Amino acid sequence: MTAARREQLLSYAILGVFSVIALYPIVSIVLLALHERSDLVTGLSIPDSIDLGTFRDAWTEGDFGRGLMNSFIVAGTVAVATAALSTLAGYAFGTMRFRGSDTIFYLLLVGLIFPYEATVIPLYYVFRDAGLTDSRWALILPQIGLSVPFGIFWMRAFFRSTPPALVEASRLDGASSFVTLWRVLLPQAWPAITTMVVLVFMWTWNEFLLALVMIQSDELRTAPLGLALFAGANRGSQDVTLTAAAAVLVALPVVIVYVFLQRSFIRGMFAGAVKE
Amino acid sequence: MRADGGAGVERRVRTRAPGEPRRVAYLYLAPALVFYLLFAFGPLVYTTWLSFFDWNGLTVGTWAGLDNYREVLEDEDIRASFVHSLVLIVFYSVIPVFLGLVLASLIAHGRVRGTTFFRAVLFLPQTIATVVVAIAWTWIYAPSGPLNEALDAVGLDSVSRGWLGDFTWALPALGLVGTWVMFGLCIVLFLAGIQKIPLSLYEAARVDGAGRFREFLAVTLPGLRGELAVALTLTTILALRTFDLIYVATSGGPGTTTTVPSVLVYQNAFANGRVGLAAAVAVVLTALIFVVAFAITKLVDRDPTT
Repeated sequence: MTAARREQLLSYAILGVFSVIALYPIVSIVLLALHERSDLVTGLSIPDSIDLGTFRDAWTEGDFGRGLMNSFIVAGTVAVATAALSTLAGYAFGTMRFRGSDTIFYLLLVGLIFPYEATVIPLYYVFRDAGLTDSRWALILPQIGLSVPFGIFWMRAFFRSTPPALVEASRLDGASSFVTLWRVLLPQAWPAITTMVVLVFMWTWNEFLLALVMIQSDELRTAPLGLALFAGANRGSQDVTLTAAAAVLVALPVVIVYVFLQRSFIRGMFAGAVKE
Repeated sequence: MRADGGAGVERRVRTRAPGEPRRVAYLYLAPALVFYLLFAFGPLVYTTWLSFFDWNGLTVGTWAGLDNYREVLEDEDIRASFVHSLVLIVFYSVIPVFLGLVLASLIAHGRVRGTTFFRAVLFLPQTIATVVVAIAWTWIYAPSGPLNEALDAVGLDSVSRGWLGDFTWALPALGLVGTWVMFGLCIVLFLAGIQKIPLSLYEAARVDGAGRFREFLAVTLPGLRGELAVALTLTTILALRTFDLIYVATSGGPGTTTTVPSVLVYQNAFANGRVGLAAAVAVVLTALIFVVAFAITKLVDRDPTT
Protein backbone atom coordinates (compact mmCIF):
# COMPACT_ATOMS: atom_id res chain seq x y z
CA MET A 1 0.00 0.00 0.00
CA THR A 2 1.43 3.35 -0.98
CA ALA A 3 1.69 6.27 1.39
CA ALA A 4 -0.88 8.22 -0.59
CA ARG A 5 -3.33 5.35 -0.45
CA ARG A 6 -2.79 4.99 3.29
CA GLU A 7 -3.42 8.69 3.78
CA GLN A 8 -6.59 8.42 1.76
CA LEU A 9 -7.90 5.52 3.80
CA LEU A 10 -7.07 7.29 7.04
CA SER A 11 -8.95 10.34 5.77
CA TYR A 12 -12.04 8.28 4.99
CA ALA A 13 -11.86 6.61 8.37
CA ILE A 14 -11.65 9.92 10.23
CA LEU A 15 -14.41 11.55 8.20
CA GLY A 16 -16.58 8.47 8.59
CA VAL A 17 -16.18 8.21 12.35
CA PHE A 18 -16.84 11.89 12.95
CA SER A 19 -19.77 11.96 10.57
CA VAL A 20 -21.31 9.16 12.61
CA ILE A 21 -20.72 11.18 15.79
CA ALA A 22 -22.36 14.21 14.17
CA LEU A 23 -25.36 12.18 13.12
CA TYR A 24 -25.77 9.98 16.18
CA PRO A 25 -27.89 12.28 18.40
CA ILE A 26 -30.04 13.22 15.42
CA VAL A 27 -30.59 9.61 14.43
CA SER A 28 -31.32 8.59 18.00
CA ILE A 29 -34.07 11.18 18.41
CA VAL A 30 -35.60 10.41 15.02
CA LEU A 31 -35.67 6.71 15.92
CA LEU A 32 -37.27 7.55 19.22
CA ALA A 33 -39.93 9.61 17.49
CA LEU A 34 -40.73 6.80 15.07
CA HIS A 35 -41.78 4.52 17.91
CA GLU A 36 -45.35 4.17 18.94
CA ARG A 37 -46.21 6.64 21.61
CA SER A 38 -46.79 4.03 24.27
CA ASP A 39 -43.56 2.13 23.57
CA LEU A 40 -41.20 1.92 26.50
CA VAL A 41 -37.97 2.70 24.70
CA THR A 42 -34.55 2.22 26.22
CA GLY A 43 -31.35 3.20 24.51
CA LEU A 44 -30.93 3.31 20.78
CA SER A 45 -33.65 1.05 19.52
CA ILE A 46 -34.99 0.64 16.04
CA PRO A 47 -38.78 0.51 15.95
CA ASP A 48 -40.39 -2.72 14.69
CA SER A 49 -42.62 -0.79 12.39
CA ILE A 50 -42.54 2.84 11.42
CA ASP A 51 -45.32 4.63 13.19
CA LEU A 52 -46.15 8.22 12.40
CA GLY A 53 -48.93 8.32 14.96
CA THR A 54 -46.59 9.85 17.53
CA PHE A 55 -45.91 12.72 15.18
CA ARG A 56 -49.63 13.22 14.71
CA ASP A 57 -50.21 13.26 18.46
CA ALA A 58 -47.36 15.70 19.06
CA TRP A 59 -48.65 17.91 16.25
CA THR A 60 -52.14 18.17 17.73
CA GLU A 61 -51.33 18.14 21.44
CA GLY A 62 -48.53 20.71 21.17
CA ASP A 63 -50.39 22.79 18.58
CA PHE A 64 -47.23 22.82 16.48
CA GLY A 65 -49.05 23.82 13.31
CA ARG A 66 -49.60 27.17 14.92
CA GLY A 67 -46.11 27.31 16.40
CA LEU A 68 -44.47 26.60 13.06
CA MET A 69 -46.69 29.17 11.39
CA ASN A 70 -45.76 31.79 14.00
CA SER A 71 -42.08 31.02 13.57
CA PHE A 72 -42.47 31.21 9.83
CA ILE A 73 -44.13 34.63 9.99
CA VAL A 74 -41.58 36.03 12.41
CA ALA A 75 -38.49 34.53 10.76
CA GLY A 76 -39.74 35.39 7.27
CA THR A 77 -40.46 39.00 8.16
CA VAL A 78 -37.15 39.44 9.95
CA ALA A 79 -35.18 37.85 7.11
CA VAL A 80 -36.81 39.91 4.36
CA ALA A 81 -36.67 43.18 6.30
CA THR A 82 -33.04 42.57 7.24
CA ALA A 83 -32.19 41.84 3.62
CA ALA A 84 -33.80 45.05 2.40
CA LEU A 85 -32.28 47.29 5.07
CA SER A 86 -28.84 45.67 4.84
CA THR A 87 -28.72 45.87 1.06
CA LEU A 88 -29.35 49.61 1.18
CA ALA A 89 -26.83 50.19 3.96
CA GLY A 90 -24.28 47.80 2.49
CA TYR A 91 -24.55 49.68 -0.79
CA ALA A 92 -23.64 52.91 0.97
CA PHE A 93 -20.71 51.33 2.80
CA GLY A 94 -19.47 49.43 -0.20
CA THR A 95 -19.62 52.06 -2.93
CA MET A 96 -19.74 55.51 -1.32
CA ARG A 97 -17.49 57.65 0.74
CA PHE A 98 -18.95 59.74 3.50
CA ARG A 99 -17.99 61.40 6.73
CA GLY A 100 -18.13 59.13 9.73
CA SER A 101 -18.32 55.93 7.73
CA ASP A 102 -15.65 54.24 9.84
CA THR A 103 -17.26 55.29 13.10
CA ILE A 104 -20.68 54.09 12.03
CA PHE A 105 -19.23 50.85 10.78
CA TYR A 106 -17.44 50.15 14.05
CA LEU A 107 -20.65 50.94 15.92
CA LEU A 108 -22.35 48.26 13.83
CA LEU A 109 -19.49 45.77 14.27
CA VAL A 110 -20.22 45.81 17.99
CA GLY A 111 -23.65 44.46 17.12
CA LEU A 112 -22.09 41.37 15.56
CA ILE A 113 -21.09 39.99 18.91
CA PHE A 114 -23.32 41.13 21.71
CA PRO A 115 -26.04 38.71 22.74
CA TYR A 116 -29.74 39.10 23.48
CA GLU A 117 -28.87 38.76 27.16
CA ALA A 118 -27.47 42.28 26.90
CA THR A 119 -30.63 43.84 25.48
CA VAL A 120 -33.55 41.71 26.53
CA ILE A 121 -34.09 43.35 29.93
CA PRO A 122 -34.85 46.90 28.78
CA LEU A 123 -36.54 45.57 25.65
CA TYR A 124 -39.00 43.67 27.82
CA TYR A 125 -39.77 46.54 30.18
CA VAL A 126 -40.02 49.19 27.47
CA PHE A 127 -42.21 46.96 25.30
CA ARG A 128 -44.37 46.12 28.30
CA ASP A 129 -44.98 49.80 28.99
CA ALA A 130 -45.81 50.33 25.32
CA GLY A 131 -48.20 47.38 25.38
CA LEU A 132 -46.10 45.55 22.82
CA THR A 133 -45.11 42.45 24.77
CA ASP A 134 -46.97 39.32 23.82
CA SER A 135 -47.13 40.41 20.17
CA ARG A 136 -45.19 39.47 17.08
CA TRP A 137 -43.67 42.95 17.03
CA ALA A 138 -41.86 42.12 20.25
CA LEU A 139 -40.06 39.36 18.37
CA ILE A 140 -39.69 40.98 14.97
CA LEU A 141 -38.35 44.44 15.81
CA PRO A 142 -35.49 43.39 18.13
CA GLN A 143 -34.43 40.61 15.81
CA ILE A 144 -34.22 42.98 12.86
CA GLY A 145 -32.17 45.29 15.04
CA LEU A 146 -29.70 42.59 15.96
CA SER A 147 -29.58 41.04 12.47
CA VAL A 148 -28.72 44.14 10.45
CA PRO A 149 -25.09 44.25 11.62
CA PHE A 150 -24.45 40.85 10.03
CA GLY A 151 -26.49 41.80 6.97
CA ILE A 152 -24.62 45.05 6.46
CA PHE A 153 -21.27 43.38 7.03
CA TRP A 154 -22.16 40.76 4.44
CA MET A 155 -23.59 43.11 1.80
CA ARG A 156 -20.77 45.62 2.25
CA ALA A 157 -18.32 42.86 1.39
CA PHE A 158 -20.38 42.00 -1.66
CA PHE A 159 -20.64 45.58 -2.94
CA ARG A 160 -16.92 46.06 -2.37
CA SER A 161 -16.21 43.07 -4.58
CA THR A 162 -18.19 44.49 -7.51
CA PRO A 163 -16.11 46.36 -10.09
CA PRO A 164 -16.25 50.11 -9.34
CA ALA A 165 -16.28 50.66 -13.10
CA LEU A 166 -19.86 49.39 -13.19
CA VAL A 167 -21.05 52.06 -10.82
CA GLU A 168 -18.92 54.65 -12.59
CA ALA A 169 -20.35 53.81 -15.99
CA SER A 170 -23.89 53.88 -14.71
CA ARG A 171 -23.33 57.32 -13.21
CA LEU A 172 -21.86 58.63 -16.43
CA ASP A 173 -25.06 57.49 -18.11
CA GLY A 174 -26.84 59.83 -15.76
CA ALA A 175 -28.41 57.18 -13.59
CA SER A 176 -29.26 58.10 -10.01
CA SER A 177 -27.66 56.14 -7.21
CA PHE A 178 -30.85 54.17 -6.66
CA VAL A 179 -31.24 53.26 -10.32
CA THR A 180 -27.62 52.13 -10.29
CA LEU A 181 -28.34 49.88 -7.34
CA TRP A 182 -31.61 48.58 -8.74
CA ARG A 183 -30.63 48.01 -12.36
CA VAL A 184 -26.89 47.40 -12.29
CA LEU A 185 -25.87 45.91 -8.96
CA LEU A 186 -28.93 44.12 -7.65
CA PRO A 187 -29.13 41.60 -10.51
CA GLN A 188 -25.68 40.37 -9.49
CA ALA A 189 -26.42 40.51 -5.79
CA TRP A 190 -29.03 37.76 -5.57
CA PRO A 191 -26.69 34.95 -4.53
CA ALA A 192 -25.30 37.09 -1.72
CA ILE A 193 -28.77 38.18 -0.68
CA THR A 194 -30.05 34.61 -0.73
CA THR A 195 -27.28 33.48 1.59
CA MET A 196 -28.08 36.30 3.97
CA VAL A 197 -31.81 35.59 3.94
CA VAL A 198 -31.25 31.90 4.60
CA LEU A 199 -28.92 32.52 7.53
CA VAL A 200 -31.02 35.22 9.16
CA PHE A 201 -34.08 33.03 8.71
CA MET A 202 -32.32 30.14 10.44
CA TRP A 203 -31.03 32.24 13.34
CA THR A 204 -34.44 33.81 13.85
CA TRP A 205 -36.19 30.46 13.58
CA ASN A 206 -33.93 28.98 16.26
CA GLU A 207 -34.04 31.96 18.65
CA PHE A 208 -35.41 31.07 22.03
CA LEU A 209 -34.65 33.57 24.80
CA LEU A 210 -36.49 36.49 23.23
CA ALA A 211 -39.65 34.45 22.70
CA LEU A 212 -39.42 33.03 26.20
CA VAL A 213 -39.35 36.52 27.67
CA MET A 214 -41.79 38.29 25.38
CA ILE A 215 -44.53 35.81 24.62
CA GLN A 216 -47.13 34.71 27.15
CA SER A 217 -50.15 33.63 25.15
CA ASP A 218 -50.32 30.18 23.58
CA GLU A 219 -51.43 31.52 20.19
CA LEU A 220 -48.21 33.49 19.64
CA ARG A 221 -45.65 30.88 20.67
CA THR A 222 -42.83 30.25 18.26
CA ALA A 223 -41.93 26.65 17.49
CA PRO A 224 -38.84 26.45 19.78
CA LEU A 225 -40.73 28.08 22.64
CA GLY A 226 -43.69 25.75 22.15
CA LEU A 227 -41.28 22.84 22.07
CA ALA A 228 -39.52 23.84 25.30
CA LEU A 229 -42.85 24.23 27.11
CA PHE A 230 -44.15 20.99 25.62
CA ALA A 231 -41.03 19.13 26.73
CA GLY A 232 -41.32 20.65 30.19
CA ALA A 233 -44.95 19.62 30.50
CA ASN A 234 -44.15 16.06 29.43
CA ARG A 235 -41.08 15.69 31.61
CA GLY A 236 -41.43 12.87 34.06
CA SER A 237 -44.21 11.28 32.06
CA GLN A 238 -43.37 8.21 30.02
CA ASP A 239 -43.96 10.04 26.77
CA VAL A 240 -40.35 10.56 25.71
CA THR A 241 -41.41 9.48 22.24
CA LEU A 242 -43.91 12.33 22.08
CA THR A 243 -41.32 14.97 22.99
CA ALA A 244 -38.91 13.47 20.47
CA ALA A 245 -41.49 13.70 17.72
CA ALA A 246 -42.16 17.34 18.58
CA ALA A 247 -38.43 18.10 18.49
CA VAL A 248 -38.09 16.55 15.04
CA LEU A 249 -41.04 18.61 13.78
CA VAL A 250 -39.46 21.85 14.99
CA ALA A 251 -36.01 21.11 13.53
CA LEU A 252 -37.26 19.79 10.21
CA PRO A 253 -38.03 23.01 8.28
CA VAL A 254 -34.54 24.43 8.74
CA VAL A 255 -32.88 21.09 8.04
CA ILE A 256 -34.81 20.78 4.78
CA VAL A 257 -33.71 24.24 3.68
CA TYR A 258 -30.17 23.34 4.74
CA VAL A 259 -30.11 20.20 2.63
CA PHE A 260 -30.89 22.24 -0.46
CA LEU A 261 -28.79 25.29 0.29
CA GLN A 262 -25.93 23.92 2.34
CA ARG A 263 -23.28 25.72 0.33
CA SER A 264 -24.90 29.06 1.13
CA PHE A 265 -25.13 28.14 4.79
CA ILE A 266 -21.51 27.21 5.16
CA ARG A 267 -20.18 30.09 3.12
CA GLY A 268 -22.31 32.54 5.05
CA MET A 269 -21.37 31.24 8.47
CA PHE A 270 -17.78 32.16 7.83
CA ALA A 271 -18.92 35.40 6.26
CA GLY A 272 -16.17 37.81 5.48
CA ALA A 273 -14.57 36.69 8.68
CA VAL A 274 -11.74 34.96 6.95
CA LYS A 275 -9.25 37.33 5.46
CA GLU A 276 -8.73 36.74 1.78
CA MET B 1 -8.94 41.38 -10.78
CA ARG B 2 -11.29 44.24 -11.37
CA ALA B 3 -13.08 44.70 -14.66
CA ASP B 4 -11.30 47.14 -16.87
CA GLY B 5 -12.30 50.58 -15.73
CA GLY B 6 -9.39 52.53 -17.16
CA ALA B 7 -6.26 53.48 -15.35
CA GLY B 8 -7.75 56.66 -13.93
CA VAL B 9 -10.54 54.87 -12.18
CA GLU B 10 -8.18 52.25 -10.89
CA ARG B 11 -5.89 54.82 -9.36
CA ARG B 12 -8.66 56.83 -7.81
CA VAL B 13 -10.19 53.74 -6.37
CA ARG B 14 -6.94 52.72 -4.83
CA THR B 15 -6.17 56.05 -3.20
CA ARG B 16 -9.65 57.08 -2.11
CA ALA B 17 -11.54 53.85 -1.94
CA PRO B 18 -14.29 53.03 -1.53
CA GLY B 19 -16.32 54.97 -4.02
CA GLU B 20 -16.75 58.68 -4.15
CA PRO B 21 -18.00 61.25 -1.70
CA ARG B 22 -21.77 61.18 -1.49
CA ARG B 23 -24.09 62.64 1.05
CA VAL B 24 -26.88 60.42 -0.19
CA ALA B 25 -25.13 57.58 1.65
CA TYR B 26 -26.79 58.66 4.90
CA LEU B 27 -30.17 58.14 3.32
CA TYR B 28 -29.29 54.53 2.49
CA LEU B 29 -27.91 53.95 5.95
CA ALA B 30 -30.70 55.53 7.92
CA PRO B 31 -33.35 52.78 7.95
CA ALA B 32 -30.98 50.03 9.09
CA LEU B 33 -29.31 52.31 11.56
CA VAL B 34 -32.62 53.33 13.12
CA PHE B 35 -33.53 49.70 13.75
CA TYR B 36 -30.09 48.94 15.10
CA LEU B 37 -29.99 51.91 17.45
CA LEU B 38 -33.57 51.53 18.69
CA PHE B 39 -33.67 47.78 19.17
CA ALA B 40 -30.09 46.66 19.69
CA PHE B 41 -27.50 49.29 20.59
CA GLY B 42 -29.91 51.53 22.50
CA PRO B 43 -31.09 48.68 24.73
CA LEU B 44 -27.46 47.73 25.36
CA VAL B 45 -26.81 51.23 26.70
CA TYR B 46 -30.07 51.11 28.65
CA THR B 47 -29.05 47.79 30.24
CA THR B 48 -25.88 49.48 31.46
CA TRP B 49 -27.94 52.33 32.92
CA LEU B 50 -30.29 49.88 34.66
CA SER B 51 -27.34 48.11 36.23
CA PHE B 52 -26.81 51.11 38.50
CA PHE B 53 -30.29 50.82 39.99
CA ASP B 54 -32.05 48.70 42.51
CA TRP B 55 -35.31 47.93 40.75
CA ASN B 56 -37.91 45.19 41.03
CA GLY B 57 -39.48 45.91 37.64
CA LEU B 58 -42.69 47.36 39.07
CA THR B 59 -42.15 50.24 41.47
CA VAL B 60 -39.76 53.14 41.09
CA GLY B 61 -36.12 52.08 41.15
CA THR B 62 -33.55 53.60 43.44
CA TRP B 63 -30.00 54.54 42.54
CA ALA B 64 -27.61 51.84 43.71
CA GLY B 65 -24.31 53.04 42.35
CA LEU B 66 -21.94 50.13 42.02
CA ASP B 67 -23.75 47.91 44.53
CA ASN B 68 -24.94 45.49 41.86
CA TYR B 69 -21.43 45.08 40.53
CA ARG B 70 -20.15 44.55 44.04
CA GLU B 71 -22.68 41.77 44.39
CA VAL B 72 -21.60 40.24 41.09
CA LEU B 73 -18.06 40.09 42.42
CA GLU B 74 -18.91 38.89 45.91
CA ASP B 75 -21.88 36.57 45.49
CA GLU B 76 -20.67 33.00 45.38
CA ASP B 77 -23.36 31.72 43.06
CA ILE B 78 -22.73 34.49 40.55
CA ARG B 79 -19.00 33.95 40.66
CA ALA B 80 -19.54 30.23 40.24
CA SER B 81 -21.69 30.89 37.17
CA PHE B 82 -18.76 32.61 35.49
CA VAL B 83 -16.51 29.70 36.38
CA HIS B 84 -19.06 27.39 34.77
CA SER B 85 -18.77 29.55 31.64
CA LEU B 86 -15.02 29.01 31.64
CA VAL B 87 -15.58 25.26 31.81
CA LEU B 88 -17.97 25.56 28.88
CA ILE B 89 -15.33 27.48 26.91
CA VAL B 90 -13.02 24.49 27.24
CA PHE B 91 -15.71 22.23 25.80
CA TYR B 92 -17.16 24.61 23.20
CA SER B 93 -13.96 26.16 22.01
CA VAL B 94 -10.65 24.62 23.11
CA ILE B 95 -11.51 20.97 22.44
CA PRO B 96 -13.29 21.50 19.08
CA VAL B 97 -10.57 23.83 17.79
CA PHE B 98 -7.83 21.42 18.83
CA LEU B 99 -9.71 18.45 17.42
CA GLY B 100 -10.49 20.34 14.24
CA LEU B 101 -6.85 21.31 13.73
CA VAL B 102 -5.55 17.79 14.21
CA LEU B 103 -8.20 16.10 12.08
CA ALA B 104 -8.18 18.68 9.31
CA SER B 105 -4.41 18.50 8.95
CA LEU B 106 -4.56 14.70 8.90
CA ILE B 107 -7.11 14.56 6.10
CA ALA B 108 -6.32 17.73 4.15
CA HIS B 109 -4.15 15.99 1.58
CA GLY B 110 -5.91 12.65 1.60
CA ARG B 111 -7.62 13.22 -1.76
CA VAL B 112 -11.03 12.24 -0.48
CA ARG B 113 -14.07 12.02 -2.71
CA GLY B 114 -17.44 13.21 -1.51
CA THR B 115 -16.13 16.09 0.59
CA THR B 116 -19.37 17.95 -0.08
CA PHE B 117 -21.29 15.18 1.62
CA PHE B 118 -18.98 14.96 4.62
CA ARG B 119 -18.93 18.72 4.97
CA ALA B 120 -22.71 18.88 4.95
CA VAL B 121 -22.97 16.17 7.60
CA LEU B 122 -20.29 17.63 9.85
CA PHE B 123 -21.92 21.02 9.66
CA LEU B 124 -25.45 19.77 10.31
CA PRO B 125 -25.43 20.27 14.13
CA GLN B 126 -25.01 24.00 13.51
CA THR B 127 -28.37 24.26 11.85
CA ILE B 128 -30.50 22.57 14.47
CA ALA B 129 -32.30 24.74 17.01
CA THR B 130 -30.57 24.53 20.38
CA VAL B 131 -33.86 23.65 22.03
CA VAL B 132 -34.00 20.57 19.80
CA VAL B 133 -30.35 19.77 20.49
CA ALA B 134 -31.08 20.01 24.21
CA ILE B 135 -33.97 17.56 23.91
CA ALA B 136 -31.96 15.10 21.83
CA TRP B 137 -29.10 15.09 24.33
CA THR B 138 -31.41 14.97 27.33
CA TRP B 139 -32.54 11.67 25.87
CA ILE B 140 -28.99 10.43 25.30
CA TYR B 141 -28.07 11.23 28.91
CA ALA B 142 -31.36 9.93 30.36
CA PRO B 143 -31.21 7.08 32.89
CA SER B 144 -32.62 4.70 30.27
CA GLY B 145 -31.05 6.49 27.32
CA PRO B 146 -28.53 5.35 24.72
CA LEU B 147 -25.41 6.34 26.68
CA ASN B 148 -26.26 4.29 29.75
CA GLU B 149 -27.42 1.41 27.59
CA ALA B 150 -24.08 1.42 25.81
CA LEU B 151 -22.22 1.54 29.13
CA ASP B 152 -24.28 -1.35 30.48
CA ALA B 153 -23.63 -3.31 27.31
CA VAL B 154 -19.88 -3.16 27.80
CA GLY B 155 -20.16 -4.03 31.47
CA LEU B 156 -19.78 -0.57 32.92
CA ASP B 157 -23.09 -0.66 34.78
CA SER B 158 -21.43 0.95 37.76
CA VAL B 159 -20.66 4.06 35.74
CA SER B 160 -24.11 4.61 34.29
CA ARG B 161 -26.31 7.21 35.90
CA GLY B 162 -28.72 10.03 35.14
CA TRP B 163 -25.97 12.25 33.80
CA LEU B 164 -27.81 15.56 33.83
CA GLY B 165 -29.00 15.02 37.39
CA ASP B 166 -25.51 14.37 38.68
CA PHE B 167 -23.82 17.15 40.63
CA THR B 168 -20.36 16.34 39.24
CA TRP B 169 -21.18 15.26 35.73
CA ALA B 170 -24.01 17.55 34.62
CA LEU B 171 -21.75 20.44 33.59
CA PRO B 172 -19.21 18.39 31.60
CA ALA B 173 -22.11 16.51 30.04
CA LEU B 174 -23.60 19.79 28.81
CA GLY B 175 -20.15 20.91 27.73
CA LEU B 176 -19.83 17.83 25.53
CA VAL B 177 -23.03 18.87 23.79
CA GLY B 178 -21.23 22.09 22.91
CA THR B 179 -18.27 20.08 21.64
CA TRP B 180 -20.67 18.13 19.46
CA VAL B 181 -22.21 21.31 18.03
CA MET B 182 -18.85 22.93 17.32
CA PHE B 183 -16.36 20.30 16.18
CA GLY B 184 -17.80 19.92 12.69
CA LEU B 185 -17.69 23.64 12.10
CA CYS B 186 -14.02 23.67 13.09
CA ILE B 187 -13.09 20.78 10.83
CA VAL B 188 -14.92 22.28 7.86
CA LEU B 189 -13.40 25.70 8.45
CA PHE B 190 -9.83 24.42 8.85
CA LEU B 191 -10.11 22.07 5.88
CA ALA B 192 -11.11 24.97 3.67
CA GLY B 193 -8.23 26.97 5.10
CA ILE B 194 -5.59 24.31 4.54
CA GLN B 195 -6.69 23.90 0.97
CA LYS B 196 -5.86 27.56 0.41
CA ILE B 197 -2.28 27.13 1.62
CA PRO B 198 0.00 26.80 -1.43
CA LEU B 199 1.20 23.23 -1.88
CA SER B 200 4.66 24.59 -2.65
CA LEU B 201 5.03 25.51 1.03
CA TYR B 202 4.45 21.89 2.00
CA GLU B 203 6.88 20.71 -0.64
CA ALA B 204 9.48 23.15 0.59
CA ALA B 205 9.00 21.92 4.15
CA ARG B 206 9.43 18.35 2.98
CA VAL B 207 12.59 19.23 1.07
CA ASP B 208 13.92 20.73 4.30
CA GLY B 209 13.33 17.37 5.88
CA ALA B 210 10.47 18.44 8.14
CA GLY B 211 8.37 15.67 9.64
CA ARG B 212 4.60 15.87 9.82
CA PHE B 213 4.64 17.60 13.16
CA ARG B 214 7.21 20.20 12.11
CA GLU B 215 5.29 20.71 8.90
CA PHE B 216 2.14 21.32 10.94
CA LEU B 217 3.87 23.91 13.12
CA ALA B 218 5.74 25.64 10.32
CA VAL B 219 3.21 25.63 7.49
CA THR B 220 -0.31 24.64 8.52
CA LEU B 221 -0.64 26.59 11.76
CA PRO B 222 0.60 29.94 10.41
CA GLY B 223 -1.50 29.44 7.29
CA LEU B 224 -4.63 29.03 9.37
CA ARG B 225 -4.33 32.19 11.45
CA GLY B 226 -7.44 33.75 9.98
CA GLU B 227 -9.50 30.58 10.35
CA LEU B 228 -8.25 30.07 13.88
CA ALA B 229 -9.39 33.54 14.81
CA VAL B 230 -12.83 32.93 13.35
CA ALA B 231 -13.22 29.56 15.03
CA LEU B 232 -12.01 30.76 18.42
CA THR B 233 -14.17 33.87 18.33
CA LEU B 234 -17.32 32.10 17.18
CA THR B 235 -17.04 29.20 19.62
CA THR B 236 -15.98 31.25 22.65
CA ILE B 237 -18.77 33.76 22.16
CA LEU B 238 -21.30 30.97 21.80
CA ALA B 239 -19.95 29.31 24.95
CA LEU B 240 -20.39 32.53 26.90
CA ARG B 241 -23.89 33.07 25.53
CA THR B 242 -25.15 29.57 26.26
CA PHE B 243 -28.70 29.85 27.50
CA ASP B 244 -31.17 27.69 25.56
CA LEU B 245 -29.30 24.44 26.12
CA ILE B 246 -29.06 24.87 29.87
CA TYR B 247 -32.52 26.33 30.33
CA VAL B 248 -34.11 23.39 28.55
CA ALA B 249 -31.83 20.57 29.69
CA THR B 250 -31.19 21.37 33.36
CA SER B 251 -32.52 24.88 34.19
CA GLY B 252 -29.17 25.41 35.89
CA GLY B 253 -29.40 22.38 38.16
CA PRO B 254 -28.93 20.12 39.92
CA GLY B 255 -28.53 22.72 42.64
CA THR B 256 -26.70 25.51 40.83
CA THR B 257 -24.05 23.27 39.29
CA THR B 258 -24.87 24.21 35.70
CA THR B 259 -26.03 27.79 36.26
CA VAL B 260 -24.35 30.18 33.84
CA PRO B 261 -24.54 34.00 33.75
CA SER B 262 -27.27 34.14 31.10
CA VAL B 263 -29.49 31.94 33.25
CA LEU B 264 -28.92 34.31 36.17
CA VAL B 265 -29.82 37.25 33.94
CA TYR B 266 -33.10 35.58 33.07
CA GLN B 267 -33.93 34.47 36.61
CA ASN B 268 -33.12 37.78 38.26
CA ALA B 269 -34.75 39.99 35.64
CA PHE B 270 -37.94 38.06 35.10
CA ALA B 271 -38.53 35.86 38.13
CA ASN B 272 -36.75 37.26 41.18
CA GLY B 273 -37.49 40.95 40.63
CA ARG B 274 -33.82 41.92 40.77
CA VAL B 275 -33.61 43.78 37.49
CA GLY B 276 -30.59 45.90 38.40
CA LEU B 277 -28.54 42.90 39.43
CA ALA B 278 -29.58 41.03 36.27
CA ALA B 279 -28.47 44.02 34.21
CA ALA B 280 -25.11 44.07 35.99
CA VAL B 281 -24.56 40.38 35.24
CA ALA B 282 -25.52 41.05 31.61
CA VAL B 283 -23.08 43.94 31.38
CA VAL B 284 -20.21 41.91 32.84
CA LEU B 285 -21.02 39.05 30.48
CA THR B 286 -21.12 41.38 27.49
CA ALA B 287 -17.88 43.04 28.54
CA LEU B 288 -16.29 39.62 28.78
CA ILE B 289 -17.48 38.79 25.26
CA PHE B 290 -16.01 42.03 23.94
CA VAL B 291 -12.70 41.42 25.67
CA VAL B 292 -12.47 37.89 24.30
CA ALA B 293 -13.36 38.96 20.77
CA PHE B 294 -10.92 41.84 20.92
CA ALA B 295 -8.12 39.73 22.39
CA ILE B 296 -8.48 37.02 19.77
CA THR B 297 -8.57 39.61 17.01
CA LYS B 298 -5.40 41.23 18.35
CA LEU B 299 -3.75 37.89 18.87
CA VAL B 300 -3.97 36.95 15.23
CA ASP B 301 -3.61 40.56 14.17
CA ARG B 302 -6.28 40.85 11.61
CA ASP B 303 -7.97 44.02 10.52
CA PRO B 304 -11.68 43.85 11.42
CA THR B 305 -12.64 46.17 8.58
CA THR B 306 -11.45 43.93 5.80
